[in-house]
Amino acid sequence: MVHSFEVAGRFFALDGDSGAVHMLDKMGFDCVRAAEELGFCEGLAAMKEKYGGEAEALFAELSALKDEGLLFLNDEALHAQPQEEAPSVVKALCLHVAHDCNLRCRYCFAGTGAFHGERLLMPLEVGKKALDLLVARSGGRRALEVDFFGGEPMMNFGVVKELVAYGRELEGKHGKRIRFTLTTNAYELSDDDIAFLNKEMANLVLSLDGRQAVHDALRPTKEGGSSYAQSLENAKKVAKSRNQQGYYVRGTFTRNNLDFAKDVLALSDAGFEQISVEPVVLRPDSPYSLKEEHLPAILNEYDRLLEQYLKRRREGKWFSFFHFVVDLEGGPCLKKRLTGCGAGSEYLAVTPDGEIYPCHQFVGREGFLLGNVFDGKLNDEMRASFANNHVLSKEKCAGCWARLYCSGGCAANAQAFSGSIARPYDMECEMEKKRLECAVAAYCAENVREEEASD
Amino acid sequence: MKHIITILSSRVQKEGGCGECQASCQSACKTSCTVANQSCVSRGEKILLPRKQGA
Repeated sequence: MVHSFEVAGRFFALDGDSGAVHMLDKMGFDCVRAAEELGFCEGLAAMKEKYGGEAEALFAELSALKDEGLLFLNDEALHAQPQEEAPSVVKALCLHVAHDCNLRCRYCFAGTGAFHGERLLMPLEVGKKALDLLVARSGGRRALEVDFFGGEPMMNFGVVKELVAYGRELEGKHGKRIRFTLTTNAYELSDDDIAFLNKEMANLVLSLDGRQAVHDALRPTKEGGSSYAQSLENAKKVAKSRNQQGYYVRGTFTRNNLDFAKDVLALSDAGFEQISVEPVVLRPDSPYSLKEEHLPAILNEYDRLLEQYLKRRREGKWFSFFHFVVDLEGGPCLKKRLTGCGAGSEYLAVTPDGEIYPCHQFVGREGFLLGNVFDGKLNDEMRASFANNHVLSKEKCAGCWARLYCSGGCAANAQAFSGSIARPYDMECEMEKKRLECAVAAYCAENVREEEASD
Repeated sequence: MKHIITILSSRVQKEGGCGECQASCQSACKTSCTVANQSCVSRGEKILLPRKQGA
């Protein structure tokens, strides 16, 4: 399934099912679009009227590309993927080691850290049981993952350290490799903390929103003060001490900063090279939520960001923006592209009191309790419903060119907005598609020589 | 410029499914599902390690 589009004055076609990428001139773009919308016969007739006989040669070229499976591919093989009766393995856990936080972020999906319940820290024994369950359920998978999450996981750092030590024991005993990661607001990080994190964590996610005014408006301390300077200083230490690898500064934008490209650039100005700034996901009645009326501004802002992103990278102020980095040359296998994040099947979240949910976003949502770490039993019927909620099973995704890039989106967002994990959240789809377009344009801008493009 | 230049040919690998790769939501976002920026570990590729050219 092909998608033709224009970004930054250049024309492209991405063939969604094959992953082929083509650059086009205006006539090429018009012809691909005509073939896409009208079919080959009517499309050719329309283009002959516009471009004369040259359109015939171009359509012959499109037809050859179609025969080679590089354009207009509708891959039937995709539909032969087997349904899973019950998912067999668990390979990743999000451990909520603290349902408490030292900040009171106004847009927090976790209700300022408590996940709409009591403020709790995970006892060591619960964490150990969770790791036992992960290893016991991991089958033949060697590479496992554990993300320490919150709230603010540094509020329970003693337990984090003990769980890492316990995990390393399990690795040796069971022939596994656990990739530990941690998500923190970086507000309270000592040099010793950073040294431990650098030794043990394969990735760190550091929450910073960008410009100081934007950050401080929504990320106050629990006493109501500014968290900006302290979090920034600590995050800079982390980035530098990790040699600018194995971390992300991760911001959130809301309706209050639809000019979020400036926040991405502010993070680049502060010296960060690994940057992710994400749209907030909140119910429409929240004063910070993003609504459909904000979409045109958001999509334009990604264009503005792309322009600055490419300019800075050309001029030596290199940074990476998470959503503009798509592995177009390889990328994950088809199974991964169909199943996505694995929430509810391969990927689970554990609360401080040992309850298990499909992922961190589902924690506390009624009807989504999957089990607990104490008896290790999981609701396999619910797990199967998540495992089978792959992109090919979603009606909305059937005709979408982006389906093998987003895997049908986030199940938690889908459930929150449509009431069903099978009906993706429209805003997310539109933003994802725009970011993919930008990623293709960025790849071509940096990898296709000007003379090649103008041959 | 030619009317159409193929920059990358077919890239979606149909084989695989070993499951040794990273869970996508654990990477940087935690709120939006993007799998395409991951690479295949069984082909020896690095996961989410964007680097400067020459670094």
